[in-house]
Amino acid sequence: MAIWLSRSKKIAHLLKPKIAYFPQPKIAPSEFSYKIYENHVNSSSFGTLSGENIRSPHVFLDNSATMSALNRQWRRTESTRAGEQVETVPYSDDNYEDENQALDFPGGRVSFTHEMKFISEAADKRIPCYRVLSDDGYPIAGSRFEQVDKETAVKMYKSMVTLQIMDNIFYEAQRQGRISFYLTSTGEEAINIATAAALTSDDVILPQYREPGILLWRGFTLQEFANQCFGNSADYGKGKQMPIHYGSNKHNFFTISSPIATQLPQAAGVAYSLKMDKKEACVVAFTGDGGTSEGDFHAGLNFAAVMDAPVLFICRNNGWAISTPISEQFRSDGVVVKGQAYGIRSIRVDGNDALAVYNTIRAAREMVIHEQKPVLVEALSYRVGHHSTSDDSTKYRPVDEIEHWKTARNPLARFRKWVHKNGWWTDDEESELRGSIRKQVKYFINAAYFFL
Amino acid sequence: MDRDPRVCVFGEDVGHYGGSYKVTKGLAEKYGDLRVLDTPIAENSFTGMGVGAAMTGLRPVIEGMNMGFLLLAFNQISDNCGMLHYTSGGQFTIPTVIRGPGGVGRQLGAEHSQRLESYFQSIPGIQLVACSTVYNAKGLMKAAIRSENPVVLFEHVLLYNLKERIPDEEYVLSLEEAEMVRPGEHITILTYSRMRYHVMQAAKTLVNKGYDPEVIDIRSLKPFDLYTIGNSVKKTHRVLIVEECMRTGGIGASLTAAINENFHDYLDAPIVCLSSQDVPTPYAGTLEEWTVVQPPQIVAAVENLCQ
Repeated sequence: MAIWLSRSKKIAHLLKPKIAYFPQPKIAPSEFSYKIYENHVNSSSFGTLSGENIRSPHVFLDNSATMSALNRQWRRTESTRAGEQVETVPYSDDNYEDENQALDFPGGRVSFTHEMKFISEAADKRIPCYRVLSDDGYPIAGSRFEQVDKETAVKMYKSMVTLQIMDNIFYEAQRQGRISFYLTSTGEEAINIATAAALTSDDVILPQYREPGILLWRGFTLQEFANQCFGNSADYGKGKQMPIHYGSNKHNFFTISSPIATQLPQAAGVAYSLKMDKKEACVVAFTGDGGTSEGDFHAGLNFAAVMDAPVLFICRNNGWAISTPISEQFRSDGVVVKGQAYGIRSIRVDGNDALAVYNTIRAAREMVIHEQKPVLVEALSYRVGHHSTSDDSTKYRPVDEIEHWKTARNPLARFRKWVHKNGWWTDDEESELRGSIRKQVKYFINAAYFFL
Repeated sequence: MDRDPRVCVFGEDVGHYGGSYKVTKGLAEKYGDLRVLDTPIAENSFTGMGVGAAMTGLRPVIEGMNMGFLLLAFNQISDNCGMLHYTSGGQFTIPTVIRGPGGVGRQLGAEHSQRLESYFQSIPGIQLVACSTVYNAKGLMKAAIRSENPVVLFEHVLLYNLKERIPDEEYVLSLEEAEMVRPGEHITILTYSRMRYHVMQAAKTLVNKGYDPEVIDIRSLKPFDLYTIGNSVKKTHRVLIVEECMRTGGIGASLTAAINENFHDYLDAPIVCLSSQDVPTPYAGTLEEWTVVQPPQIVAAVENLCQ
């Protein structure tokens, strides 16, 4: 390990001047740590046929823990540490004279420069997106991910199918006038289910409104979903909230509240209570791309960072906020770059790749709980369905775009190919499952009428 | 927007989408993306933006997708919209119109059924107006846009589908006037927005039973048109207020106090105020109906008052 530390310090030196100017770092901290790890792995010929599968996330964790400790040394501007760094690092650059002089402002020591340089509003390259499975369901060569066992993988796939079918049938039910409103999660099934699979049932969920998959994974029955949508007497919400505004105390799923992003400041509060109880659990707060414009997003993230709250913020960037596309929502490189502004570690992941999401959330959750710091995950995806039953998205976006994401980039198809290739799923089981779920959903919708 | 190039619209999904209730449909195509501006989801920010634009000469119409979301903009509305004309000694005017659909709809859930008139009525410096018919919606909107004061125009979710014949020629209504809906002799019923329709329905029943109610749509929620109301009280000596906001601290509560203060001698009976229950509006249809005033309750209240 000593070798690693000295090697990385050298690289740290080379990067130092860049830090002073503060452009977007060419190598993001987590990327940096993986690069070191990758070299080590290659040299000990760890590779297997299906990419480099690792048994547990702890291999990452060891690495990232050390790396993050290092990162903290030269990233965070705590006055004593930065001061140490400045004095002990030898230089042979032109900027030697400048770099050695530092100013003691509130907030820590900063070295100053005689060159006026503005941080660019956009990095040369956008932050890359972590993905593990290709569009055909093959693990990408060189990718490292935690292996998912057969039971979990099959359960994940079945849940995604259930979510998709449930969404379709409830949507039709609204069109038929049986329920007054519905909101689908079509296109985001992977984010829903993979996240749920990666968490434990102790983790408290503060949803926005497009995450019913988490409840589904945790055991909320189709009957209970139907009850809430119908607002009947068996509904846990006692008919007091609109359809899809699920809430369940026993599943650690906070009741959904429609105003956007109100749950983000609340997340810091829940995390605070978990911290006081010293629980081995974290808070998971969701929002969409539109929600990041709300003032509560800023407040929520800032508070979580300052209070060292164990919150995992997940932003489902699906490209549309009703009719507002991302280009009109923000000018930054998506949501992942906003994390650094608050001092929060962040990552961008392919939201349609269930395995990548699973891996990311597992790793992020470990970080959040063991380091007691917030983490931001941006899951890129696409909102295939309309915003809700009160919306017709063909009015503001091209139909072929929707079709493309529905078919070619479908998260279910991709995961299914992978599960199928491993020999864990067959076409017969597929049709049997789909038929059975359809029957069940229709049955429970009819049953819901009895409790009205 | 045709008449005055300084009029612009801000809000979420108001441009190409035409607004969540299609109020601004077609405007973006006609007047361009800058005058009909789609904003990110930050109510406090775009209301603040409207205040800033107004202070430099524009006349923004700010739309809240649902009135309830404007609670996030409360700070901008109260501290800035309402106060800046006063605190700048008159140097700056804030000619904004803040509008949006509010009120209890059909099973929209508690967060989409807020009645903000009761929360806003204390704010000094703003005018509150509630429209209820196609005719007064157009007139009041024009008046609000032309007014130099910040005006909050309350529309109701369930009244967007009304169809009515209105005059072709241009007309502007007064922001401070109440509307005499049905003159009568026995009792004054004061109401506004959607409750006007419940009252008129009850009025039919009452007429059949032999009563003669005078129905006034107060329209101006702040300031009250005490002239029209006073004349009516002096005539009938009995007052019933029917409103959709909550009983505690609602418009009815203020109106009761105002009438008591000014026209106490003319009253033969205590003022009765029928309002929604002091609960978050439930989603279930049956429960929702019970929280809002219904025509049979109005009929019963009138019968009681006119003993």
